[in-house]
Amino acid sequence: MPIVSRGFKGSRRDEGPPDRVPPGQYLTNDFPVLSAGPTPQTRLADWDFTITGEIDELKRWSWDEFRALPSETFTVDIHCVTKWSKLDTDWEGVALDALFDGVDTEAEYMTAYCDGGYTTNLPLADVLDGKAWIAFGYDDEPLDPEHGGPARLLVPHLYFWKSAKWVRGLRLTSTDEPGFWESNGYHLYGDPWREQRYWGD
Amino acid sequence: MDGLRLDGNAAAGLLQDIFGMDVTVADGTCDGCGATEALGAVHVYLAAGTVLRCPHCESVLMSVVRSERRLWVDVRGVRSLELRTP
Amino acid sequence: MTLLLDVDGWSGHRAGQHVDVRLTAEDGYQAQRSYSIASAPDAGMLELTVERIDDGEVSPYLTGDVRAGDQFELRGPVGGYFVWDPDVRGDVLLVGGGSGVVPLMAMARQRAADGDDVPTRLLYSARSWDVVIYRDELQRLTGNGFEPSFTLTRERPDGWTGYTGRVDDALLEQVVPGEPAATFVCGPTPFVEAVAAALVRRGHAPERIKTERFGPTGG
Repeated sequence: MPIVSRGFKGSRRDEGPPDRVPPGQYLTNDFPVLSAGPTPQTRLADWDFTITGEIDELKRWSWDEFRALPSETFTVDIHCVTKWSKLDTDWEGVALDALFDGVDTEAEYMTAYCDGGYTTNLPLADVLDGKAWIAFGYDDEPLDPEHGGPARLLVPHLYFWKSAKWVRGLRLTSTDEPGFWESNGYHLYGDPWREQRYWGD
Repeated sequence: MDGLRLDGNAAAGLLQDIFGMDVTVADGTCDGCGATEALGAVHVYLAAGTVLRCPHCESVLMSVVRSERRLWVDVRGVRSLELRTP
Repeated sequence: MTLLLDVDGWSGHRAGQHVDVRLTAEDGYQAQRSYSIASAPDAGMLELTVERIDDGEVSPYLTGDVRAGDQFELRGPVGGYFVWDPDVRGDVLLVGGGSGVVPLMAMARQRAADGDDVPTRLLYSARSWDVVIYRDELQRLTGNGFEPSFTLTRERPDGWTGYTGRVDDALLEQVVPGEPAATFVCGPTPFVEAVAAALVRRGHAPERIKTERFGPTGG
């Protein structure tokens, strides 16, 4: 039994409305920065985004080509496995649907790969039909490097570790291949509404 | 230069829970580049888990995830760890 | 703010080590922070110096609400890398930024308690004289080979004769004539990395420089 420290309350923890905030989460007004490694410093001239793997033809966009794709602004709630949730966050990005327009694949899964080596895996169905974006803007500004800029994957319906920072491409696969955190304890799928934080949850 | 970067000292307590002894003085050899450093001197990032990276090449040396009752440890990035027994 | 702790079963520590403090609220919520031990090994009660961070979660409690008799959990002592070596042969340089001076103070206290006269210079960087801690004690410890120096980066009191500005190549040129046998640098990450890089640029061997980076929650 841990020793309870008299009078300690911790910071004010607002559980928020249960229809917006998943179980075990608290609302935050900040935007905490958590990184598994150093912030990459990729120049836009060197940046590209590719879709590879189980696909007929590799698809690649330079930064300018990527920015020429149809993009949109959108507002979503985000939920980090470390228990903070942030409601009504404003972003700008290209929907994965736009990137997959014309792409022929039998693959059911994908692995996002990023500058710095981070990876995360998702079923392809979880990033299509308006469920995910490659985001390049946050709160009316270009996405800050510490938050994943120039561009990050954004998949708000899953825990935020799936919204890979500094994303550079997706590899389409026929099997679900655990990424960086999924290989070492974190849940393969990560649905915050079923509190799927760790293996076996 | 990353303001969020810490060093092995920040992971000392966690590593002591895992190894049962102080390993900040243990020398780890990076499987990425072969460099050897005391674990107290490696880079540490506190994110959804604790990540130890080689200060020379930034490859991941170790990754530790902790839930309420379980602990996952990936040490694949350490080719060898030299500990001194008391 | 210094806390004195009476720890059940404490078996001693080495100067430079820290403890991990865990607080549990009545509803089960837990928070954990690391604090360097400020006291010398044989001081009796364990001493932690905690800097109050106004919008922090733990430090306002430890520096404001805590009362004699209160309890919390401690893991430690932790860390054997960043510790004072009583057998060091040659000069020692201690460089601390802000709360990074705490483990260095433990080292200075151990050195004094051991009656050690190894030439030791402490370079302590702070925003202003108001936030310099252990002022009187550092003055008292001066002598017998121990020399504290201060550099103030934002404000100076009238008549200030100490150093000013950040610890950079130029300041190190003045303060550190040769290469010490052992160097300890502690403080926020940008401070530690800038100082360590400057020392290496001056030709100091990296393996003789030990660093401890503090995150934004102190340490």
